[in-house]
Amino acid sequence: MRVAKTGNEAMAEAMRQINPDVVAAYPITPATEIVQIFSSFVADGLVNTEFIAAESEHSAMSACIGSCAAGARTMTSTSSQGLALMWEMLYIASGLRMPIVLAEVNRALSSPINIHCDHSDTMGARDSGWIQIYCENAQEAYDSLIQAVRIAEEALLPIMVSTDGFIISHGMESMEVLEDAQVKDFIGEYKPEHSLLDIDHPITIGAIDFTDYYFEHKRQTIEAMRNAKGIVAKIGQEFGEKFGRSYGFFEEYRLEDAEIAIVVLGSTAGTAKVVVDELRETGLKPGKGIKAGLLRLRLFRPFPYQELAQALSRIPRIAVMDRSDSLNSAGGPVFTEIRSALYDLDTRPKIVNYIYGLGGRNIDLAQIRSVYEDLATNKTDELVRYLGVRE
Amino acid sequence: MEKLFEIRWHGRGGQGAKTAAILFADAALGEGKYIQAFPEYGPERMGAPVQAFNRLSDEPITLHCGVDSPDVVVVLDPSLIETIDVTQGLKQNGVILINTNQEPKVMKDKLPNFGGKLWTVDASTISKQELGQEIPNTPMLGALIKATNLLNFERMLEDTHKKLTKKFKSKPEVIDGNINSIKRAYQEVKGE
Repeated sequence: MRVAKTGNEAMAEAMRQINPDVVAAYPITPATEIVQIFSSFVADGLVNTEFIAAESEHSAMSACIGSCAAGARTMTSTSSQGLALMWEMLYIASGLRMPIVLAEVNRALSSPINIHCDHSDTMGARDSGWIQIYCENAQEAYDSLIQAVRIAEEALLPIMVSTDGFIISHGMESMEVLEDAQVKDFIGEYKPEHSLLDIDHPITIGAIDFTDYYFEHKRQTIEAMRNAKGIVAKIGQEFGEKFGRSYGFFEEYRLEDAEIAIVVLGSTAGTAKVVVDELRETGLKPGKGIKAGLLRLRLFRPFPYQELAQALSRIPRIAVMDRSDSLNSAGGPVFTEIRSALYDLDTRPKIVNYIYGLGGRNIDLAQIRSVYEDLATNKTDELVRYLGVRE
Repeated sequence: MEKLFEIRWHGRGGQGAKTAAILFADAALGEGKYIQAFPEYGPERMGAPVQAFNRLSDEPITLHCGVDSPDVVVVLDPSLIETIDVTQGLKQNGVILINTNQEPKVMKDKLPNFGGKLWTVDASTISKQELGQEIPNTPMLGALIKATNLLNFERMLEDTHKKLTKKFKSKPEVIDGNINSIKRAYQEVKGE
């Protein structure tokens, strides 16, 4: 059924249909309305969820870990500073192999104070052992959150699914929703292999683990993240077979014969598709089309470096667009990892970085066109450029 | 309909520009269009100038940037014309619809650089008479359909009636008031 929903409503609707055992969250700013909408489902008796309104995001994530360890299907939602306050517990969730699902909305981190979109919050959490999926629109956010339940439970790793703050989270657009029963069937019942409440098989969770076994346990988490890639692919494909919308690690848009390409995450990819179409038709000067292409990266953790290298190997000039900066004086996080992924290629593409849209700065067609123009005219001498900023 | 149609709503904080964009998108969705509705988020203050936007298309919409060159501009509060350039970026053959008790000609004189078609409707008075309070955004939907021909009026009315009936089961006067205000604005809007 086609409906109109904001990204927040889409994710809250997915949560309603998932009907998790426990949702623990800090429901006000910096969080978006996702939890607020979900709490109304709880109040109206539309879900069986035990809802815990915690006093901070740190407590919210702690409660999620506790409930997940007890064997409950557990979800939460946050954004920006809220994710930053969860930091300590994010690592504990992944280290304890807790399949928690987090609906995230990408917003800038302070300071300066800002509430708008950029990817600084989740990019900061990229080494925390959470699977990360970045969505282009409300539809993908909804679909991905449903898939995330299965991915997390099979990989035994926590997962965050994110949308671009305001652009997707507060913008209303057309999307398709599934029937409640379809979602219920797809995610199935949660039967954890080990849990604290399984009193016939007592276990210890979170014990001390010094020089003797810490490394082995971390090595297992690393391996779990490696395995997660296949799980993401399998479930994205199964979702497509059942409901007609397949999802992979990334989306290639007119990339096959592209001579120049942009790599980007999230909602900006949708805008870039329009530029690609225009350039293919009219080029920089009327009458001379340009072979422009686009790769929209969806799965950032685990990082599908081999598949990315293969997809980008034939393209001579590539620009990676980052909506956050690593402040390492060498480019954004997506750029450095894509660049590294291409290192083993026989012929390495020329690859440059554009930092854009920090703190919600509008990224329009002209800016994206200017990136393709730089690539088309070989203006690739500078490693990192800043798009749409006053300097 | 052209491939992509963009609308910019100008209002003041608390006047319902965002709600108007959502209502219009919802009506368009009812006609099978692909839609977007989103506000510009600035400091949230009552009375401050605010904007909201719509995109409509027969095809899925992938654009996710701001609306810079709209096809239509809707002004919920005529005093905004004195303080901001409501025609900014408006397409050459664009349309402006203003909530005012003035004739289109009077408003055109206030916007000398605008060469397209200008429509006016007294949506504030209509809403006061039909709904008992000043909520100009609902009647503006009727006027907007007349001014743009974007949607089928009868179907939109039917769809809105259905939605309102669901929402205001216990308040039939609200349903009739809304429907009447949309109808009146559709009939009373004038273009030049």
